[in-house]
Amino acid sequence: MTRPAPNALRAVSLTLAYDGRTVIDALDLEIPEGRITAIVGPNASGKSTLLRGLARLMRPESGRVTLDGRDIRSFGAKEFAKRVAVLPQQPIAPDGVLVAELVARGRHPHRGWFGGRSSDDDRIVAEVLEATGTTALADRSVSELSGGQRQRVWIAMAMAQRADIVLLDEPTSFLDVSHQLELLDLLTESNRAHGTTVVMVLHELNLAARYADHLVVIDDGRIAAAGEPAEVMTAATIGSAFALDCMVAADPVTGSPMIVPIGRFHRA
Amino acid sequence: MSAGSATVASGPAAEARVAAVASTVATARMRRRRRGTAVVLAVGIVAFAGATASLLLGAAGLTFGDVLSALVGQGSPKSEFVIVRLRLPRITAAIIAGLGLGLGGALFQTTLRNPLASPDILGITGGASLAAVASMLVLGFDGPAVSLAAFAGALIVAALMWGLAWRGGLTGIRFVLVGIGLASIVSGLLGWLITRADVREASEALVWMVGGIGSIGWDELAVSGVTLVVLLGLTAAFSPRMPLLALSDDSARSLGLDATRARAVAIVLGVGLVAAATALAGPVAFVALVAAPIARALVGHGQAALAVSALVGAAIVLVADLVAQHALAGVAVPVGIVTGLIGAPYLLWLIARGNRKGSDG
Repeated sequence: MTRPAPNALRAVSLTLAYDGRTVIDALDLEIPEGRITAIVGPNASGKSTLLRGLARLMRPESGRVTLDGRDIRSFGAKEFAKRVAVLPQQPIAPDGVLVAELVARGRHPHRGWFGGRSSDDDRIVAEVLEATGTTALADRSVSELSGGQRQRVWIAMAMAQRADIVLLDEPTSFLDVSHQLELLDLLTESNRAHGTTVVMVLHELNLAARYADHLVVIDDGRIAAAGEPAEVMTAATIGSAFALDCMVAADPVTGSPMIVPIGRFHRA
Repeated sequence: MSAGSATVASGPAAEARVAAVASTVATARMRRRRRGTAVVLAVGIVAFAGATASLLLGAAGLTFGDVLSALVGQGSPKSEFVIVRLRLPRITAAIIAGLGLGLGGALFQTTLRNPLASPDILGITGGASLAAVASMLVLGFDGPAVSLAAFAGALIVAALMWGLAWRGGLTGIRFVLVGIGLASIVSGLLGWLITRADVREASEALVWMVGGIGSIGWDELAVSGVTLVVLLGLTAAFSPRMPLLALSDDSARSLGLDATRARAVAIVLGVGLVAAATALAGPVAFVALVAAPIARALVGHGQAALAVSALVGAAIVLVADLVAQHALAGVAVPVGIVTGLIGAPYLLWLIARGNRKGSDG
């Protein structure tokens, strides 16, 4: 595999809008290759929209997103899908579809026009089932799984694409805390084992600070701060982006910055 | 709950485990494919049995031998007339209409991800009826010209629906609501046309309102047969995209499918199939609605089951026509009345069940 530029995915004065309403405004962003990037920000700040723009799910009003210096709109649909896998916020599985069958759909970008499967498909499906701990679920129907199991299955499908960049929109929402950790561990493992570039929108600030190498804070369609969590997670930055009174302590487990929010009744 | 945590293990042990899982995955896939083949055979046998019974039964009192010799061109003039001019065209029409409606319905329901989104609920077959009846009553058309008008009517309603429902993409629910609205407009206009027609004309128009496959000539069958074969071929070439269309647009796109274009292609194919079937046989009720859910229940596991849907459609029309011809003592009724009697309760059940949870497999 060729080594592309250190910032594989990059937004250049990217403007994204829904029905003429600008959500992301002339934004420049570099996603470091082979690292885990978390995008955080308050509700309606445009973080999910930004992810959709990076994932080529939205056409920019102006500006562009580049992959290895090339505008992502110039890629063929399958060519792009071999490089970038996307897990949307609430993916829909057809009723009754089996886990192994859904995961195998991740192989679509590697198939020809008539959908013929390659001999590698079964092995790759088996690898990602093993890696996500879903082997035992292979013959179950997706609709009967728990939220945590289902999310691992969707990640298995994205991993079956064998893309070097994976974009995830709030992969931990609706999961309890132990399943959130399980999922973030799984993504970290994929990052460490295969050098996968992971970009995810996260709600939970302290988990973002703990798992991300690179943190991007979005506020009102612009980047409020970007960099290592230790630089970015300051009381001033987070406080102004989230309109929140807070202090920062060291996470007792990892030493990463930890936000402690302060409500109206607990002010000194 | 599983321990869940995957291991970054490598080496021969991990490779052996992956190989074992891969062969399990392959075996399960083969098993599903065998089930699919078995279902195709079973539905094919039902359709074949229906067609055979239609050939043999009837007031002409032909024996099995008479039918066979007529089929190979050695029969008496009477048996040849009954078989080659009456019964065989009828069976062929049932097969063409059933295949077109079953497959068209499956394409619609999967593409719009809604079991109610079938071309007969959405007014597309109704558009064909309206255009056929209008061409007869207002323009004085007859014969193949009426079929052509029916084909055009289906396309016009589909185009209107498209124009009204399109908002930079296709969403299933908007399509369904626009379609149901158009269906009631179409049926209102149809009622108005019938009430202002005289009795003789109105009874001729009736077959275009309920669907029937009697008195269809070989030339008409040839035209719709060729149209159907072309559309079947195009749908087969398109079909590898169906599993992705059953996911959301974002998922399909991220797997490298231009979802908007693919949905458009699937709908155009579905409209073509339904228009071809309806131009031949009229709006045979509910076949497009029920064929695909039956097929999916037989095949299981949330697959689009296109081929089985087409075959189920053909089997339904063949068996329903057998019932329409022979079961009701003394009176032969148009096939659409029988399919309507089967289909309407299914529609009620579908609505009552809230069309939320799947129950196949």
